[in-house]
Amino acid sequence: MSRAGDRTVLAVEGLDVGTGHTPLLHDVSFAIARGERVGLIGESGSGKSLTALAVMGLLGEGLHARGDVRLSGRTPATRNLLEVGEREMARLRGDAVSMVFQEPMTALNPTMRVGAQVAEVMRIHGTRDTAGARARAVELLDQVGLPDPAHLARSYPHELSGGQRQRVVLAIALANDPALLICDEPTTALDVTVQATVLDLVVRGVQEREAAMLFITHDLAVVATVCERVLVMYGGRIVEAGPVGEVFADPRHRYTQGLIGASDLTGEQGRRGRGALPTIPGTVPPAGRFPDGCVFRSRCAHATDECGTPPGWTPRGGADGRGSAPDEAEEQAGSAPGEAGRAAGYACFHPAGDAA
Amino acid sequence: MTETPAIELRGVCRDFRRPRTSLREAPPVVRAVQDVSLSVGRGERFGVVGESGSGKSTLLRLICGLDRPTSGEILVEGRSIGDQPARRLRWLRRRLQLVFQDPMSSLDPRMRVRDIIAEPLVSQGIGGDHGARVTELLGQVGLDPEAARRYPHQFSGGQRQRISVARALAPDPDILVMDEPVSALDVSVRAQVLNLVDEIVDGLDLTLVFVSHDLSVVRHVCDRVAVMRAGEVVETGETERLFSEPGHDYTASLVAAIPDLHAALAGRSAQDLARGVGPAS
Repeated sequence: MSRAGDRTVLAVEGLDVGTGHTPLLHDVSFAIARGERVGLIGESGSGKSLTALAVMGLLGEGLHARGDVRLSGRTPATRNLLEVGEREMARLRGDAVSMVFQEPMTALNPTMRVGAQVAEVMRIHGTRDTAGARARAVELLDQVGLPDPAHLARSYPHELSGGQRQRVVLAIALANDPALLICDEPTTALDVTVQATVLDLVVRGVQEREAAMLFITHDLAVVATVCERVLVMYGGRIVEAGPVGEVFADPRHRYTQGLIGASDLTGEQGRRGRGALPTIPGTVPPAGRFPDGCVFRSRCAHATDECGTPPGWTPRGGADGRGSAPDEAEEQAGSAPGEAGRAAGYACFHPAGDAA
Repeated sequence: MTETPAIELRGVCRDFRRPRTSLREAPPVVRAVQDVSLSVGRGERFGVVGESGSGKSTLLRLICGLDRPTSGEILVEGRSIGDQPARRLRWLRRRLQLVFQDPMSSLDPRMRVRDIIAEPLVSQGIGGDHGARVTELLGQVGLDPEAARRYPHQFSGGQRQRISVARALAPDPDILVMDEPVSALDVSVRAQVLNLVDEIVDGLDLTLVFVSHDLSVVRHVCDRVAVMRAGEVVETGETERLFSEPGHDYTASLVAAIPDLHAALAGRSAQDLARGVGPAS
């Protein structure tokens, strides 16, 4: 708890998102401190990107968000971002909070030189004048490791490779030294060697600025490499959270356990010795078709009748030294648990690793 | 040599001409596949890895007879395919079948699943009870027989990939070629499909050619791997040997760049990954 406090950059409390009748996100709560890198993992359709869009105020027509989202960038977090008007959100985007998307080709304007696109974000937010922004753009392109940045700034996106484009997008995202950087699958479309470089640049970029980062991906190895803490999402809920080392080495929620088992292809032994990969049976149900109670119970081998009621949040034993001490009050779902209580824990009646 | 290899390539090149840039000069030529020689034994699981633009998809098209080499020879089960017109390759379509990356664009959205799966049987004039064969194939890939009546859009990504596999198996091929079959799938579904591939290749005694940019997937699936860069095969070898002691610098850099859960938990940072510090250190 000592670590959070006034260093908190993003605090999300009880975020619900849904259309008129279909709930999509339910009671999503988490906090990210300054300089902290947090991963958000889960299968497609689990609500990862929706969470990011809700924070950015980019939800599509017909989607409603309720809850409390606070961002303390340059200004202290006095207002709920979900209640702030579009004009003001536009002022925040690209300034205090910025985002890197999966597909760099669609994130960039094909008719504009990349240098101008990097400079644009500074001009719009008034952080630099036209000449200053142009010079700074070249500097930023250099920082993201692009060769001959002065020349490259004059090229159009189609002249660049996928990795180069993603670096340009990163340069735009970092241009105004955001307090929070949200990355949505930034390296999924890239080759492994390029992915390694881009991940390094992302980490260095946020470290230099002491920015908070929310990193969305379905690749567990990437999260383990890049992040310090991880949130596991399924069916629009956070089902487990905690430091990367603890969650991946000792998963408690059955879904987390399934994900780790299914993605671990490079076990200690070779293929022949290991037999079939562990899988999670079935597929993610379409939105609104998740079961009542524990959202994972329709695919869980350990589900019992008890799972028909929503499982409460169980804090992880205080072994992490982060001060996530168990708190009885938080056992009850919907009692608005505090940030520290949500920092490490899980929502499952039959957690893995229990002898019983 | 005791047995004809399932697939053999001898000095295969494929050039593409780019559009002319000047009236006086000859159009520039891109050498997509450059002097590739390799052989895949019967029943072997052979992987081809490489980054985008390395020529792996071109190589795959050549192997499948969908494209012709500029020079060199391609033999499938001892028969040359490189210099044959398409009408002479009907036998090849029966022996060798292909599964593509994106199951949405490789399945006709207006055809029912039963027609999709039976299409190779129809196009190759294979007689018999197609309905029964479709039911059998659906069972083999772990889908409900009732799925035959439905359309591709009614299935999830993993299920669609199962339909693609069923279609490929319809003419009872000896060789199965897969082009990035799990790249578009989630990890949990990927594990399901990889298990299915494992089961089918073992159960039907198929020769597998598996193309992927994901080295950890190839490591899991294949016995032997060829690493491609800029149209050339830089290294071929037993999978485990290639990963544990890569013989070529490029292979080493590829292997070092794979994010790994165990290594990351042991403290390998993004910087280590970018610098090519291996999991061991």
